[in-house]
Amino acid sequence: MNVIQPIRGKSKPPAATLGLVDVDIHPRMKKPTDLNPWLSQCWQAHLETYGIRARHGFVGGQPPFPKAQPLACRRDAWPPGGGTPASDLDFLRFQLLDQYGVDVGVLNPLQPSGQGDNNNEFSAAMAFAVNEWQLAEWTRKEPRLRGSVVVPYDDGPASAREIEKRAGDPNFCQVLMMSRTAEPAGKSRYWPIYEAAEAAGLPVAFHAFGYSGWAMTNGGWPSFYTEEVSEHAISAQNQVVSLVVEGVFERFPKLKVVMIECGFAWVPNVAWRLDQHWTQLRGEVPHLKLKPSEYIKRNIWFSTQPMEDPERPEHILDIMSWIGWDKILFASDYPHWDFDDPLLALSGAISAEKRRDIYGGNAIKLYGL
Amino acid sequence: MLHGQRGIIDVDVHPVVPNMTALTPYMDEFWRDQVVERGINTIASQNYPPNAPKTARADWKQASKVGDLQAQLLDPWGVEMAICTPLYGTQMVMNADMARAFTRALNDWTRAEWLDRDARLRASIVLPMHDPEHAVEEIERLAPDRRFVQAQVLVMGETPAGKRQHWPVYQACVKHGLPLAIHAGSCFRHPVTSVGWPSWYLEEYSAQAQGFQSTLGSLITEGVLGKFPELKIVLLESGVTWLMPFLYRLQKTWKGTRFEIPWVDRPPIELVRDQVRLSCQPFDAPPEVVPRVLEMLGNDDMLMWASDWPHWQYDGDEAIPPGMPASLLPKLMRGNALATYARLREGVTA
Repeated sequence: MNVIQPIRGKSKPPAATLGLVDVDIHPRMKKPTDLNPWLSQCWQAHLETYGIRARHGFVGGQPPFPKAQPLACRRDAWPPGGGTPASDLDFLRFQLLDQYGVDVGVLNPLQPSGQGDNNNEFSAAMAFAVNEWQLAEWTRKEPRLRGSVVVPYDDGPASAREIEKRAGDPNFCQVLMMSRTAEPAGKSRYWPIYEAAEAAGLPVAFHAFGYSGWAMTNGGWPSFYTEEVSEHAISAQNQVVSLVVEGVFERFPKLKVVMIECGFAWVPNVAWRLDQHWTQLRGEVPHLKLKPSEYIKRNIWFSTQPMEDPERPEHILDIMSWIGWDKILFASDYPHWDFDDPLLALSGAISAEKRRDIYGGNAIKLYGL
Repeated sequence: MLHGQRGIIDVDVHPVVPNMTALTPYMDEFWRDQVVERGINTIASQNYPPNAPKTARADWKQASKVGDLQAQLLDPWGVEMAICTPLYGTQMVMNADMARAFTRALNDWTRAEWLDRDARLRASIVLPMHDPEHAVEEIERLAPDRRFVQAQVLVMGETPAGKRQHWPVYQACVKHGLPLAIHAGSCFRHPVTSVGWPSWYLEEYSAQAQGFQSTLGSLITEGVLGKFPELKIVLLESGVTWLMPFLYRLQKTWKGTRFEIPWVDRPPIELVRDQVRLSCQPFDAPPEVVPRVLEMLGNDDMLMWASDWPHWQYDGDEAIPPGMPASLLPKLMRGNALATYARLREGVTA
């Protein structure tokens, strides 16, 4: 939660003996014009004149549900030299990478990345620029960091082209989508993304967020940020169901999907529910050759932060074991206000060997680090 | 007798309206005329496509007459009382006045063709939620008949259930001692997922569980549970296993963001254990994890047995989720329903 300046010396979690991999770090631009070197003059003018046009109506990056903190960030993450949280590589090194001994950090750039913009062409231009910016400002300067291939996901073919450009570049370790797409993620319009990612050997991450253009619940718009945060887990459930039931993993059996910041305690019950109702409805979906839960077990990984908080700590063990200990990846969500401190995030009720895998072992295998 | 339990109470049976002709006798002349002149033959809901396997078990295809229910369920299983929860699409029509007239007709049909024909039956006041005044009016009209034991809405409505424009409806429920039943189903004002329309019915049926999470989140955060502590919320055909994982996250978030909803002054899990009840069909868990799921639920008073007749959730008489411990059955199959529904305890008909 909202910690202030570290009071400890530098320290890596003792259980992270295979390495500490943080799969969710959010780098920010120092200023909106940071992308200009990689945007055409036409798109520079578009960005300056119209800004990001999200499917919620507010301009200037103002979200419809105001965050709990400015920019949803830790109060102590604003760099002393100025700028916004996680816009200063040196301060990110100091506060995160060096502080906790992070061996590999995965960058997930959020807005103004242009993902989910109303204009797919603009979104594609922005995605290219954001990817170049990750290379120039982050991964080439800091070998511990890996980028995510930002794609204009609502345009499948354009996304595939962006993935093909980045295939084989070790600076990138995954493809990044937001969890609220314009249509359920299993629909065929998104298949070019999965096809290209599978071919490039890159997992596809869905990071919680985005605005689909539909009401945020299937019964209309909620009122509160508290609800919006819950809805991240809920829309992620729909995405997992869609990916499975549309047969994405039948079509792309080697595809690896990573759900980031979506929570994970819901995974077992979504799998059980699908299996149970598939029993009566399987005649509708003959393209599924396995039980729905088997695709989830085989093809989908989940990051830790924010971890659901059961009343009894042993219940988190049940939930993790139902998902599979090899499918859970550590994430800090730096620099956001609900950051998970690597030293405190994983319950001591989890055995040291399993914490070792969550801190690093699972991510090393998944990403081939 | 089902699994050795006596006096069992079934909180979710679905009388099926065969077509609009069945309802027209319960409409006034204007609406009867509208149905005929405009050719409104049926308003059956896509929530349960009439021929889909989930909609009716192979041996329960006939479900539009009280005799069907008696022969298939009440008599062979020795059901003492069953609560009717009709799902005809009266809540889906777009015109508020039409919804009011059709819902009224539906409730009167249930009363005349089901309640009046079997003393074991109770029913739900189906609410036209387009206009809270209409919903309150329907509660006031039918609450004097004490065989109506609850009010009933669909889980996916036009606006989230907790929003304040709905509160007069909850006030009326409290006034008459009626739980608010929220049943699976959408009014189709929004896609059944927040990321758009899915392709397959399996996805759509699964999405009910997401709808229940959002709805319960709304009732908690808007303050309905706190404002109306006497109000019982009954989730029907919701599934069960999604509940605690959802609350684990909501309660954690609430600790960090309660500044924006200061009226939520008790932990959400406590509020839910006090005021929310669920039917046990479907349960959505393999038998081996059921004891652990119940341990997480942490309250033996919350689950109520339902056959979900005529929906296909199980075969034969396997109407209790496999893995349910025998020690829970007396509460599950009778005690919890009696504790939830004051009007069931009265045990007398109007």
